[in-house]
Amino acid sequence: MLSTRNCDNAVSVSPILTVSDLIVEFPTRKGILRPVDRVGFEIDPGEILGIVGESGAGKSMCGSAIVGLIDRPGRIGGGEISLSGQRIDNLSNDRMRRIRGKKIGMVFQDPLRSLDPLKTVGDQIVETIRTHLPVSAAEARRRAVAALEEVGIPAAANRIDAWPHQFSGGMCQRVVIALALAAEPALIIADEPTTALDVSVQAQIMALLKRLCRGRGTAVMLITHDMGVIAETTDRVAVLYAGRLAEIGPTRDVLSNPSHPYTIGLMTSTPKPTGGIERLSQISGAMPSLRDIPKGCAFSPRCGRAFAPCYRNIPVLEPAARTEVACWLYDEEYAKDAANLEGTGHD
Amino acid sequence: MTDRPSLVRAEGLGLTFDVSKPWLNRLIERRPKQFLKAVEDVHIDIPRGKTFALVGESGSGKSTVGKMLVGLLKPTSGHVTINGEDLFAAGRALRRRIQMIFQSPYASLNPRWRVRNIIAEPVRAFNLISGNGIGRRVDELLEQVGLTSSDGGKYPHEFSGGQRQRIAIARALASNPDFIVCDEPTSALDVSVQSQVLNLMKDLQRDLGLTYLFISHDLSIVRYMADRIGVLYLGRLVEVAGRDTLFDDPRHPYTRMLIDAAPRIDGFGREAGQMTGEIPDPISKRTGCSFHPRCPVATDFCRAEEPDLRVIIAGEAEVACHMVLE
Amino acid sequence: MTDTNKKGASARPVFDDDAPASAWTRWRDTEIWHSYSRSPVIVTASVVFVMLVLGALLAPLISPYTPFDPGSLNLMNGFTKPLSANEFTSDFFLLGADDQGRDIFSTILLGLRISLFVGISAVLFAMTLGVVLGLVSGYVGGWLDAVIMRIADIQMTFPSIMIAMLLYGIGKGLTPPDLRDEMAIWVLIFSIGLSEWVQFARTVRGATMVERKKEYVQACDLIGLSRWRIMFKHILPNVTGTVLVIATISLALAIIAEATLSFLGVGAPKTEPSLGTLINVGRQFILSGEWWILLFPSLTLLALALSVNLFGDWLRDALNPKLR
Repeated sequence: MLSTRNCDNAVSVSPILTVSDLIVEFPTRKGILRPVDRVGFEIDPGEILGIVGESGAGKSMCGSAIVGLIDRPGRIGGGEISLSGQRIDNLSNDRMRRIRGKKIGMVFQDPLRSLDPLKTVGDQIVETIRTHLPVSAAEARRRAVAALEEVGIPAAANRIDAWPHQFSGGMCQRVVIALALAAEPALIIADEPTTALDVSVQAQIMALLKRLCRGRGTAVMLITHDMGVIAETTDRVAVLYAGRLAEIGPTRDVLSNPSHPYTIGLMTSTPKPTGGIERLSQISGAMPSLRDIPKGCAFSPRCGRAFAPCYRNIPVLEPAARTEVACWLYDEEYAKDAANLEGTGHD
Repeated sequence: MTDRPSLVRAEGLGLTFDVSKPWLNRLIERRPKQFLKAVEDVHIDIPRGKTFALVGESGSGKSTVGKMLVGLLKPTSGHVTINGEDLFAAGRALRRRIQMIFQSPYASLNPRWRVRNIIAEPVRAFNLISGNGIGRRVDELLEQVGLTSSDGGKYPHEFSGGQRQRIAIARALASNPDFIVCDEPTSALDVSVQSQVLNLMKDLQRDLGLTYLFISHDLSIVRYMADRIGVLYLGRLVEVAGRDTLFDDPRHPYTRMLIDAAPRIDGFGREAGQMTGEIPDPISKRTGCSFHPRCPVATDFCRAEEPDLRVIIAGEAEVACHMVLE
Repeated sequence: MTDTNKKGASARPVFDDDAPASAWTRWRDTEIWHSYSRSPVIVTASVVFVMLVLGALLAPLISPYTPFDPGSLNLMNGFTKPLSANEFTSDFFLLGADDQGRDIFSTILLGLRISLFVGISAVLFAMTLGVVLGLVSGYVGGWLDAVIMRIADIQMTFPSIMIAMLLYGIGKGLTPPDLRDEMAIWVLIFSIGLSEWVQFARTVRGATMVERKKEYVQACDLIGLSRWRIMFKHILPNVTGTVLVIATISLALAIIAEATLSFLGVGAPKTEPSLGTLINVGRQFILSGEWWILLFPSLTLLALALSVNLFGDWLRDALNPKLR
């Protein structure tokens, strides 16, 4: 199930990353859990796709599945992942390790997870460059200084021999970005890259990521829980709920004209920076545990507009307005029922 | 502000930590004692029934101020009065009237205690009710925060983050407080749950006439919750203003940067104004305005002379910046 | 900066447990029961331990002879081989008899009783002392912490069996001579217990220092609870897991310490022998061919110490999922 795209400029560019019907499974004593359940999306060169969802929505798991880093006993239980046309979900660990770093760069929430505390920053970048690109040591070092300059580290030539602990959190994250981009990958996966940082630093890091990837045509998969970051940074956004795709489309359309009741709820329950609201609307309840995902639509128990089919069948992604939505309200067959229900006094 | 009766008042609040190395190291390395001024000269006035918000980034000392206002930390200078009584001189009767809601819904509830006992603890500690009355009071509190009395028999791990924060709120309400310090109460919660908790806190404030000190790093939440806002930078208040004044007409360069840097859910493709630098190490010595290394409009005077909070609009806005004119 | 605890970057789904059920089904459902029932070694170890404890408890009922009642002894039974009847008295001995004609099986049951009693009491004593000192040290801190921990450091530099022997000597010197045999067991418990408290104190101190920084303790401070209430009602329940693990491992150590002391002749008196005393007695006959007098008490001690130790190791892993 490749999602049909209704992006205006999607003429004939072939996507960098194609994920279709991805399923991630965790076998447990009490049956198989699915933190990611039939999720599909594509990312074009130079495009930034946001993956947004609350904790437990499966967004980080999506990223881990793509780079082949799911903790045991988890496994990919179905679907396909292709990078530049090549399938990567069935590769051996060894081949996957070469793809990580070379073709996919990674930026995590905690910069110290990506940096080796026992090596200088320069050595780590030089090592990455030399592992993946055929250049001399001197050339690699020159490029490492250039990379550090590019991510805005002052006096890069002097600080290249500094240790990770000598950098502040924001500077560390800059180094991680330099490291992720060092081998000129086609795709960057950034998992909550600014969650651990202060607002003022977050703005700088997001701007940097955006500028560098746009300039190089690198595709970015940005995983975050922050709707503001999504709005300001991404081109398209996928909203995940309980491991399933609820809505996907161009960011502006999804955020300012959401169709899925969950997306609508998310947007109206987020306090506006412009103020002027005396009371936030709220979604009742909380995200279900993976152990008991409701039958039918996973959001149905919390949804104010749920009707009969929502409690029976899992909705599939279908075009609605300007986005694609997995919601029975937008299914032609049920549209009439829904309209009647709306008429009888639902908000 | 000053002519209205305030419930909570902090004057010249300061806290200095001794972060020196052990005396032997100091002797050998010939270093003087080192002090960290975590909070300096903070004035706060909160009228009864209102919400004062403290905003700042990490290291700004906002949690430290909160802990001093509830008496968990003793300030090294200045004093706190609640309804005119000095907090650190008063007895238990005053303690009952101050409570706190913590950031982490996971660490703030004892995992080995049943919810019923967690909520009953303050009631028992202050001998507010005795015997069977306690059970009824606990049920009432549970219902007040949107839980049921059967939830009282469960342990904290059986609840989600949002429900745990409700339990923490019920515990805070148990001693019938007037003043509650809320230290980032929703920063560990998801958006859809966050609005439930914020709405609940607003409802309780209205129904019980509570006074809040609301600590947060998230400007949009602060705008929703607060009546008056203080912006902290490196332990000093740089701007204090009414909510709308602060957001519509921020005066201090730091406040402006902060508001500009906050991501907006309607800021499609917006490039946040380039805020430069990061909060420096608070131990390092500085002269002049603490914000001058990052400030776009700093002058030599700013680098030499530390600005005090000055009233810009009487009763509405105070700013600590040489470059802001009255 | 603030919500780092929310966004786990780990590639593991969040599993919450809900589903109220009866206590037994809930227990059947826990990770601990699961890991227990899956491990045959631990099931065997715990069955062996329970049988040994039952044997010790029921010793007066199930032992076929009363070996420490001088009136019932018959010297003719001396050195009867295991699984045979004495050729003169036709008394049957399951595990043989010693030089005095005492039934080895009965002496083992009674010795086990003493060993377990001393071991468990010593651990309880060490635990009480160590937990209280550890809590105070970790919660109050300051000079009190420094004093307690320096004492612990000093004690750690000596082998605990040496400490126990030293304390035993002092304790014995202090007891009036006519009470020495009666008091021997208590002096033994005291000296072994005092040599084992350090482990408890150190671990509890560490765990307390972690707990006291948590916000639920601040919530207690806020309502002005006393230090003692916070330490014992709030923090203690949260450190019991670690205490339990150390208690199990210390039990094995205490049983061995007791056996060592008794083997060296400074422990349980011959009138009330423990397994160690029995092994000491059996040692004299090993070269003259009466192997059973030494072998069976030794095997019992081995089974006891091993089963407790295995159980303790498993418990440590089961209560600390990070190690798996």
